[in-house]
Amino acid sequence: MDLFEYQGKELLRKFEVPVPEGRVAETPEDAAEAAKGLGGKVVVKAQVQVGGRGKAGGIKLANSPEEAQQVANDILGMDIKGHVVKRVLVERAGDIKAEYYFSFLLDRSARKFLGMMSAKGGVDIEEVAETDPDAIARVHIDPLAGISDFHARRLVFGSRIDEAARKEAIAMIPKLYRAFVELDASLVEINPMVLTGEGRVMALDAKVSLDDSAAFRHPNFDDLKAAHDIPEQERFAKERGLNFIKLEGDVGIIGNGAGLVMSTLDVVKAAGGDPANFLDVGGGAGAELLASAIEVITSNPEVKSVLVNIFGGITRCDLVAEGILSALEKLDVKVPIVVRLDGTNAEQGRKMLADAPHPMLMSAETMLGAAEKAVELAHGGGR
Amino acid sequence: MAILIDEETKLVVQGLTGREGSFHAMRNRDYGTNLVAGVTPGKGGSDVQGVPVFDTVAEAVQETGANTSMVFVPARFAADAVMESYDAGVDVIVAITENIPAMDMARTVPYIRNSDRDVTLIGPNCPGLISPGKANVGIIPGEICSQGPVGLVSRSGTLTYQIIHELTQRGIGQSTCVGIGGDPIPGSDFIDILSKFEQDPETEVVVFVGEIGGDAEERAAAWADDNMSKPIVSYIAGFTAPPGKRMGHAGAIISGSKGTAQAKAEALEAVGIKVGRNPTEVAELVVDVRKAS
Repeated sequence: MDLFEYQGKELLRKFEVPVPEGRVAETPEDAAEAAKGLGGKVVVKAQVQVGGRGKAGGIKLANSPEEAQQVANDILGMDIKGHVVKRVLVERAGDIKAEYYFSFLLDRSARKFLGMMSAKGGVDIEEVAETDPDAIARVHIDPLAGISDFHARRLVFGSRIDEAARKEAIAMIPKLYRAFVELDASLVEINPMVLTGEGRVMALDAKVSLDDSAAFRHPNFDDLKAAHDIPEQERFAKERGLNFIKLEGDVGIIGNGAGLVMSTLDVVKAAGGDPANFLDVGGGAGAELLASAIEVITSNPEVKSVLVNIFGGITRCDLVAEGILSALEKLDVKVPIVVRLDGTNAEQGRKMLADAPHPMLMSAETMLGAAEKAVELAHGGGR
Repeated sequence: MAILIDEETKLVVQGLTGREGSFHAMRNRDYGTNLVAGVTPGKGGSDVQGVPVFDTVAEAVQETGANTSMVFVPARFAADAVMESYDAGVDVIVAITENIPAMDMARTVPYIRNSDRDVTLIGPNCPGLISPGKANVGIIPGEICSQGPVGLVSRSGTLTYQIIHELTQRGIGQSTCVGIGGDPIPGSDFIDILSKFEQDPETEVVVFVGEIGGDAEERAAAWADDNMSKPIVSYIAGFTAPPGKRMGHAGAIISGSKGTAQAKAEALEAVGIKVGRNPTEVAELVVDVRKAS
């Protein structure tokens, strides 16, 4: 789960990481009230999970509570790259002398944690990595041994940040490390980390991603999640234990196993179609789950055809067939469904489908044949 | 020959008394795997269909000589179970469990890999592995496999079954099929398994199935170029995956511009490894490679 900036900062504060004083507001009036409490001059920041909100007009300065109200009024409800702003973070504004970049993440190749710091902050770090790789200091940390002070020193001296910022940055890095590890984060990114006019070092922004698999040991996880808008189709899928991601095309996809579903999307694309979604029913899916999967897919009005691609291992193809038939019975399915079954009990499943002819149901022998058929049907042919 | 598991395998299953654990353990036993023990803390002294259950892996190893363990315990206890197996002295640990916190594996994987003992962890979040005709440890359906010269290594489960099925349909059997799992930090990566296939006399061709996320495929391509004499055919899933979305597997995510299928396919092709465009073509490429050799 990617947290909103204000959520990330709240968590970091618990680890004594210095962040600007601020409050969240959902209405312009709340924003004015927050500004009053913070002493007038504030920054009003749109809380959206997308880069470039500053350029889009989602971050504005306000010199008074009245101005804060006005600015919040402009920002709330704004659409930034498809993300509607529902909350603003109102923070005390201060002088910024310099901006740096800092992050902790898991380096998959090295099987270690990676700390990165750069004196070039406030910009896209991937771009810095491309154009000026030497501007980024990198230090690996052994997850078993943990952080030592020299790691922080190497990052700070290696990134050549201002001398005035060194001491506080060196003190802040182990706190960020503790937050990264104890929160079960996959990313803690501070961009920018700033040196203020008063000589303080602070996290001016915070991007924190938490590992969903570790939710069981973080009692606040659900509360954090509740602040996130999940589209209706995704929520429906998730509640039923389906792994669903919406895409932009018109061929609905259902499969079992992440790799096979990804491969199915690719094969549909290669056949000239555009997948409408990724949907993995997982291992050992029963009839009910399959019926839910069809319900999720066909609730998308963009979908013109559906491809069900199952290779039964733990999943039994007879149960898959049963689920498809019950969905057809229960729902008013208006788009053709192409089914390809192989593996455990495939013959039985195919026979069940053949014995229950339905105008919207067709079978295919192979994965490639099924993909071609589904694409043809989505394009209005093949019926 | 085969790699990692064969007729010598003596399997202990952690979580044998659970529904999933017993179901798959018994399927493995029916396939011919020598299932010698189960472990469930507090249930020592009982048995599951004749298989003795112990409280600790150490006891199971001591009493039965188990050399391989399969981990079927819930995610929150799984990293601990893997380390317990390691400490008990088994040689191969197969962790099927999905959704283990990344922090747990970030500690567990180096704990095992940095040791001076030669212990192999397969998984987590994987279907396990099978040496057709010899042993099956995990959830790969044995009936789609046949014995033969192809060594297969993959980050996926069902996609692997699809490719095994296509190979078997063309009369091409497998030496060992290894699912290394879909997590960001797998216990064994492609290079570990490729090097074992390179040394395995029964393996003549290697099929390598990757997917989006990380750079394990790119590193394996570079490594194979210097170290593999046997031909490799590969497949990469996720060409249509959008950036920033986790495609089912914890590790299957394009971060920024890193980890795309395109980049992986290019890295493989750059060192002369053929990349099939779909699972069917992968099997056809293996047929071609076999004819050419």
